[in-house]
Amino acid sequence: MKAERISSRDIPISLSHIYIGFTAVFLGAIFGILQGLVRGGIITLPSWISYYEILTAHGVLLALVFTTYFIFGYFYAGNSRTMGPMTPSERKIGWVGFWTMTLGTAMAAAMILTGQASVLYTFYLPLKASPIFYIGLALFVVGSWIEGAAMFMQYFRWRKEHPGEKTPLFGFMVTATNILWIIATIGVAITVLFQMIPLSLGWIQTVNVELSRTFFWYFGHPLVYFWLLPAYMIWYVNVPKLIGGKIFSDSLARLAFLLFIVFSMPVGFHHQLTEPGVQEGWKFLQVILTFMVVIPSLMTAFALFATFEQAGQAKGAKGIFGWVKVLPWGDVRFLAAFLAMLFFIPGGIGGLINASYQLDSMVHNTLWVVGHFHITVGTPVGMTFFAATYWLLPYLTGRKLTPFMNRMGILQTIFWSVGMLIMSIAMHTLGLEGAPRRTAFTTYNNNPVAQQWFEGFFGNYATLAVGGTILFIGAMLMIYNVIHLSFFAPKSEEEEFPLGEENEEAMVTPRFLENWKLWITVSVVLILVAYTIPVVDLIVNSAPESIGYKTW
Amino acid sequence: MHIHRYEKIWLTFGISALVLFLIVLGFTAFAQGHTPAGGLQTIDPKLVDQTPPFDNPGVKKVDENRYEVNLVAQVFSFKPNKVQVPVGKEIVFNVTTKDVVHSFTIVGTNVNMMLIPGYINTAKYTFDKPGKYLVLCNEYCGAGHQLMQMEIEVIEG
Repeated sequence: MKAERISSRDIPISLSHIYIGFTAVFLGAIFGILQGLVRGGIITLPSWISYYEILTAHGVLLALVFTTYFIFGYFYAGNSRTMGPMTPSERKIGWVGFWTMTLGTAMAAAMILTGQASVLYTFYLPLKASPIFYIGLALFVVGSWIEGAAMFMQYFRWRKEHPGEKTPLFGFMVTATNILWIIATIGVAITVLFQMIPLSLGWIQTVNVELSRTFFWYFGHPLVYFWLLPAYMIWYVNVPKLIGGKIFSDSLARLAFLLFIVFSMPVGFHHQLTEPGVQEGWKFLQVILTFMVVIPSLMTAFALFATFEQAGQAKGAKGIFGWVKVLPWGDVRFLAAFLAMLFFIPGGIGGLINASYQLDSMVHNTLWVVGHFHITVGTPVGMTFFAATYWLLPYLTGRKLTPFMNRMGILQTIFWSVGMLIMSIAMHTLGLEGAPRRTAFTTYNNNPVAQQWFEGFFGNYATLAVGGTILFIGAMLMIYNVIHLSFFAPKSEEEEFPLGEENEEAMVTPRFLENWKLWITVSVVLILVAYTIPVVDLIVNSAPESIGYKTW
Repeated sequence: MHIHRYEKIWLTFGISALVLFLIVLGFTAFAQGHTPAGGLQTIDPKLVDQTPPFDNPGVKKVDENRYEVNLVAQVFSFKPNKVQVPVGKEIVFNVTTKDVVHSFTIVGTNVNMMLIPGYINTAKYTFDKPGKYLVLCNEYCGAGHQLMQMEIEVIEG
């Protein structure tokens, strides 16, 4: 059976993004395993490369480059599939954005790899990296806005051409995610443009560090929802089709996305709970707002499992858990996405712990946080993107996911899951025992407390390294699979871009859900409520400013 | 908008749990004083060494039940790097940084604070067991970050 194709002119832009994304996975995974082995005391790095250099590269390549490029590649393909081809001018704008972003990425990567920007992927002031690094970051952000503009143009053109019709769910979700991204990146753009670039170029001598951190975290938390929402799209829109089910409710899916825009933005202070300079009351208000994302998360969990159950029952499953047996476990496109969802359950609970005002003092900046990050971004997001790659790549390249590749995919998924499980358990345990994050190999002068981190079973740096090694094999298998699916799998036009249909019993989607002005206004109002007074306070009652430092 | 009956039950349960949880957090924070480290007092990072109490950092007895420990963080050490405090007394830690962002984290306790240039951060703690405690910096501060540590010795008062 021939699957519905997208315009051949929209394929290169999508594929270019995906290939840069997987190049980042390849390099990022190499830096990742080196870190795990150094930290475990198993290897020592040669003198010409520093631990913090590879740590910076690992974070930037996997958390920023892989995610952003994959997301945009997936968006272009899905938009084209659901709303038709882009116009030549939309496509041109998309390419301009792509090259701007890629130039920025190359500049930042070159500075990191030559040791001129070992500032980690949070690049906190007053650490002062090379100006080329910050200009690269600015180009990356601006490029992503240009790409967002191309996607907005396509969406609003579709709306104009189809008056009165409900927009495709995919296009709606792309628009919501891009809106979230643009509102969020304004914060990081302000600190990069007005503080970091002028400081690194010597135009200004001092900066307000706490203000910069506030702008950074205003961006830093919604950023994780920018990663997560595309994974949710795969779960909501694509997975139901793969299991022969229906989308549980189109309107609730849309509402969940809108609630993520509204509630993921005004929450940055929960990353700054142990910092001075912000009054307790404002920190607590943002803790409350942070917890509101529980609501769309619970809605999503319900909708996904309802979809699984309904699909199972449609295939004749009986009893409460009968549906579990009839789901397509042998299909990597489903299996990887499902396991990714399971990881998100402890990931989400860990998130509640991190944001819990007092509990944060126990885990703040310990390895616990790194473990949390790997079972939220590294697995639910990363592995869901891998799951989608197993159909997206053959769809775009016109090749077939053969039974052999499916088995390779399952093997890759098992390595990734087992590695992540071992590594994240070790990280969470070590974190609770006080082991810090972002720290090279150290025993703190043979301090007995620090030496315990090299003993025992779960809370042991060696266990972490073992998990990391298994994970690395999973990453390299993924690279093999990507190359195979791109260049060596047999030609075929059968692979589809799976698009779920809505359940017949679900109700009509109300119009107000697509009133973007309304939702953006609500979001802006909440941001103003949560940030205006503390930010004005940081500016008006500014602490003495700080000069820049290069400490590496 | 139509919401499935089971989903209503699920969301009602979830939202009620959330509200209860936030009430507990708020009560322990504002009624019982369990708040994370913080403070609004500013200091010029260039003049830390000349500004009291950091011109003479270390342990200061405030009264019978209360001690103050003033410390300075800098790349890649704490000043002083060893202090002695009595068991069972309230210890107020005032810490600031002379250069980049650091942290002051006493392993095995809930004293964990970020040190931001320009600010003095404060946390209170009462040690209930004598012994030696490891203090480390858990915010990346540069090439020697992994060396940054100090020791608190808690002694029978």
